[in-house]
Amino acid sequence: MVDTHSTQATPHAASADADRLDTNELVEVYRDMTLGRALDERIWMLNRQGKAAIVASMQGHEAAQLASVRALRKDSDLFYVYYRDLAVMLSLGLSPSEVMLGFLAKEGEPLSGARQFPGHGADPARRVYNLSNVVGTSIPQAVGAALACKMRGEDTVVISYFGDGASSQGDCHEAMNFAAVHKLPVIFFCENNKYAISVPLDKQMAVESVASRASGYGMPGVEVDGCDTNAVFEATAQAAQRARAGQGPTLIEAHVERYLPHTSDDDDTRYRERAEIDEARKRDPLRILREQLFELGALTDELDAQFVADARRVVNEATEYVEAASYPAADDFHEHVYAEAAP
Amino acid sequence: MTQQTVIEAVRDAMREEMRRDERVFIMGEDIGQRGGVFLASDGFVDEFGEHRVIDTPLAESSIAGIALGAAISGMRPIAEIEFADFIWPAINQLVGEASKVRYGTYGKLGAPMVVRAPYGGGVRGALYHSQSVEVVFAHTPGLKVVTPATPYDAKGLLKSAIRDDDPVIFLEHKRTYRLVRGEVPEDEYTLPIGQADVKRAGDDVSVITYGLMLHHCLEAAEALAAEDVSVEVVDLRSLRPLDAETVLASVRKTGKALIVHEDTKMVGIGGEVAAIISEEAFEHLDAPVRRLAGPEVPAMPFAPPLEAEFMLDTDKIAAAIRALAAY
Repeated sequence: MVDTHSTQATPHAASADADRLDTNELVEVYRDMTLGRALDERIWMLNRQGKAAIVASMQGHEAAQLASVRALRKDSDLFYVYYRDLAVMLSLGLSPSEVMLGFLAKEGEPLSGARQFPGHGADPARRVYNLSNVVGTSIPQAVGAALACKMRGEDTVVISYFGDGASSQGDCHEAMNFAAVHKLPVIFFCENNKYAISVPLDKQMAVESVASRASGYGMPGVEVDGCDTNAVFEATAQAAQRARAGQGPTLIEAHVERYLPHTSDDDDTRYRERAEIDEARKRDPLRILREQLFELGALTDELDAQFVADARRVVNEATEYVEAASYPAADDFHEHVYAEAAP
Repeated sequence: MTQQTVIEAVRDAMREEMRRDERVFIMGEDIGQRGGVFLASDGFVDEFGEHRVIDTPLAESSIAGIALGAAISGMRPIAEIEFADFIWPAINQLVGEASKVRYGTYGKLGAPMVVRAPYGGGVRGALYHSQSVEVVFAHTPGLKVVTPATPYDAKGLLKSAIRDDDPVIFLEHKRTYRLVRGEVPEDEYTLPIGQADVKRAGDDVSVITYGLMLHHCLEAAEALAAEDVSVEVVDLRSLRPLDAETVLASVRKTGKALIVHEDTKMVGIGGEVAAIISEEAFEHLDAPVRRLAGPEVPAMPFAPPLEAEFMLDTDKIAAAIRALAAY
């Protein structure tokens, strides 16, 4: 059996339409962040042990991912994610074991049957879509989903997550333009971690920000500190309100940090000073939220230790389960090429 | 039965399917008030409204990508690429993405979308309004590629493409749009994708073709009949799935095969068909399998003599059949 540990024990439908997360909700986000970080670290370790072929770490992106999902409706909105969105997928109900099945390419992997890289494929029941590894291709697909929802008169919002690298793709431009022309209910959510693998921002764009491009399409562009949970929540909630009110898309640029190389196959010592990463770690969303909650008196050493211990237990259980799982057999290798088997 | 042109048949197929199924909508450049540059959607915006007849910005990658997103979200889009020559920016969304949706989600999603594109030359279209683009798509598992040549086939196959649960690249030879007329039933019908059609029965030589070249091949066959050469003409109609059985049955009967297409020869459909014949019907052959196809230049030039040099015609095809019959 796949375990069903979710990062969110309690649904918070009501919070999706409020402006800010209250203290209790922030504690939940912190708990989810603790689990997400522990899972991410474990997966990286499994790569170094030769068990996970490829990993793209989300460390540094946690607040942006968790807060944006909380600002949306998990039971009805659509989430077009990209390869670094581990915490988004956990928030949507994929368990640590299910996620790890992907990283170890084991049988029962829920998104693609372990045909794709980890985190790729789709789980329509949990409203998560990540068809392709090719950067930026999902952005027009998300816009097409938003078009379909609007044509059917639904109240759905589609969020399209992508990195700063994808913002240079022509598909990104075409998708944003179309969405703005048709006032589609879509949120373009750029997780800007300053690097497209090794290429820094000043070689990716001559403007100050990705968000500044929004005016060129006739939609609002919002820059937000992606390590500030409530700032992300607020920006996303407002964009969702606009979308549901028929006012069209919003471009949110969440400034985040990337602590690790692009993927486990990358060597960031070739292009990034260690001092720069040390500096970036000062903006660790996990540490920032922990300090904030201690100041608020909402987190104690005991509770923090409990979260860490719970996360470790869940991650250990997931590791044990997935390491023991089998690889998929090749007997259905030819299935699902077409809806009907070839004559 | 009524007499229709290919473009009329295409228009009727889309109109009937849009009336039948609210999930069907069309998007593309100039398809709204303009009715499409070839008038494939003439009058549609009045009947179905702008929300189902969407004039898009001039941006082919997103036309395909947005159609794909709508398709995986429960709609049945028909995306029109104004000329097949403009489809290359959309290759990533079609070959890279749409073809792999079902396989890459372990069957949880499909992409029921049609991409229509007028292709082919002989219309003074020069390098960028004459291209044949079928091979790229026909090489891609997960896609279907349909190339009708007659009004009857165009209507029946387009209706099937719209109802298909997988992405279909529907290539309409633009020279046939108004040139080719034919009988089309007034009653509802569809034709299965993946079945070739013997357009003319014969005993001496099999000619395998598709698209505009079908009509030149039929004329050539008629000319050869006067010389006592009996030619069978097989219209592939769809390139993926490719109906090998109909091709092989014909070749086993005649013992000689000529594959004719407008597209350039190297790594073309003709190479694939020839390989299938040599693998599966070698002992039935009385002559080498031959191909007559477009020349190895990048595209079709503009000036009339240059265009004529590129295009195959009835005389060139008749000469090739005659030579093969005499082997």
